[in-house]
Amino acid sequence: MTLALVMIGTRKGLVLARSDGSRRTWSCDEVRFPNQEAYAVAIDERRDPPRLLVAGSTGWWGPFYAYSDDVGATWVEPETAPIAFPAATETALKRVWQIQPAPANQPGVVFAGVEPHALFRSDDGGESYALVEGLWAHPHRPEWRPGNGGACLHTVLPHPTDPRRCLVAMSTGGVYRTRDGGASWSPANRGIEVSFAPDDQRFPEYGQCVHKVAAHPDLPDRLFAQNHGGVYRSEDAGGAWTAVETGLPSNFGFPMVVHPRHPDTVFAVPLGEGRFPSSERCRVYRSTDAGQSWEGHDRGLPEDPYHGAVLRDAMCADRGDPAGLYFGTRVGEVYASLDDGESWMPVARHLSDVLTVRAAVVP
Amino acid sequence: MSPRLVLPAPLRPLAEGSAQLEVEGTTLREVLDRLATARPLLERRLRDERGELRPHVLVFVDGVAVDRGSGLETAVHDGSEVFVAPAVSGGRAAPG
Repeated sequence: MTLALVMIGTRKGLVLARSDGSRRTWSCDEVRFPNQEAYAVAIDERRDPPRLLVAGSTGWWGPFYAYSDDVGATWVEPETAPIAFPAATETALKRVWQIQPAPANQPGVVFAGVEPHALFRSDDGGESYALVEGLWAHPHRPEWRPGNGGACLHTVLPHPTDPRRCLVAMSTGGVYRTRDGGASWSPANRGIEVSFAPDDQRFPEYGQCVHKVAAHPDLPDRLFAQNHGGVYRSEDAGGAWTAVETGLPSNFGFPMVVHPRHPDTVFAVPLGEGRFPSSERCRVYRSTDAGQSWEGHDRGLPEDPYHGAVLRDAMCADRGDPAGLYFGTRVGEVYASLDDGESWMPVARHLSDVLTVRAAVVP
Repeated sequence: MSPRLVLPAPLRPLAEGSAQLEVEGTTLREVLDRLATARPLLERRLRDERGELRPHVLVFVDGVAVDRGSGLETAVHDGSEVFVAPAVSGGRAAPG
């Protein structure tokens, strides 16, 4: 029987929402890892059954990391710290922000973006990781600064076909990419504005606070970025970026998701005054022309003034047919759409604030 | 009788529910090093990969906060109480 699964990482633990293939009605498991911040979750669909991964931190006891090979029934936390800085760095892991399984042509490879700014790579499906030394040794690293959320490497985009290529994004630091398997990295921020910088320093080589970058596997050189003030598209894998904001009520926000079947369709959730959803409406903005124009959709979403922002990893899509789209908010609600964002239905309510969501349809 | 490690409730599941463990050692560092071998998940909650106490972990040896004394080099004895507590903000002395 088909299982639809949404991993919901919240400020107070992990919640698994389950449905059947229809994805119309959902039930939630009890909270796992209660009182732990589940900042990063992932569903490794290269495995059968898929491996679920979760990482985060508590306020006192440091980072945690666990995985499940039985779709959430039991969890394994490796005895040896799976993600740890080498002694020579004299650095301690603060938090994992992103777990990203690589494409199917790199079996076993999983990346983790962490705080402080660093990238780790696993070759055993996420049971152990090694620091990507090439990025750690980058001469720009001392100048990467923490954003409001921390000194985080929050986005990892492995190339869908070329294992030598990968892109990361950091707050702050911006976008960097490698073409040699991580040995060397180059900034890729040309055209992305730092709106809060002095006038003559608004387009630096690096240092931007890029909140999220997304791509479609069929068009890997086309990227969309939600910046800290600015929505951008690149057609050359980050070589240059162009603002694509027509129709958006605000160019500030966190998530950016490309439709899994339609490379021209992309979703964003702009934030306005007070970092609340624009006009205090719970509304998702969609472009069907690669960002040239945007329109808001809120059918099925709360109509009252809404104050639950959507964080950078709290929006995702599954690979079902039709594609399922999901987002969670800081007031503990998760919604799903099965019609490309035209209308939405609830998945979960009354959770703690949602930090991240990932979804899959498991045959 | 070894030093006695006293755990707060959130960490007891990593010690099969025990509130106290006897761990050998003559300094706090030795106690935690032995804990790292016997119960690495539990030790990881107390120290980071550099071997330093996590910023919001308070340890008292026989009633004295180690961060106001000799830190990990604090001497422990047979029967010493090594009491672990989560710090509230401001509860830890400023470094240096």
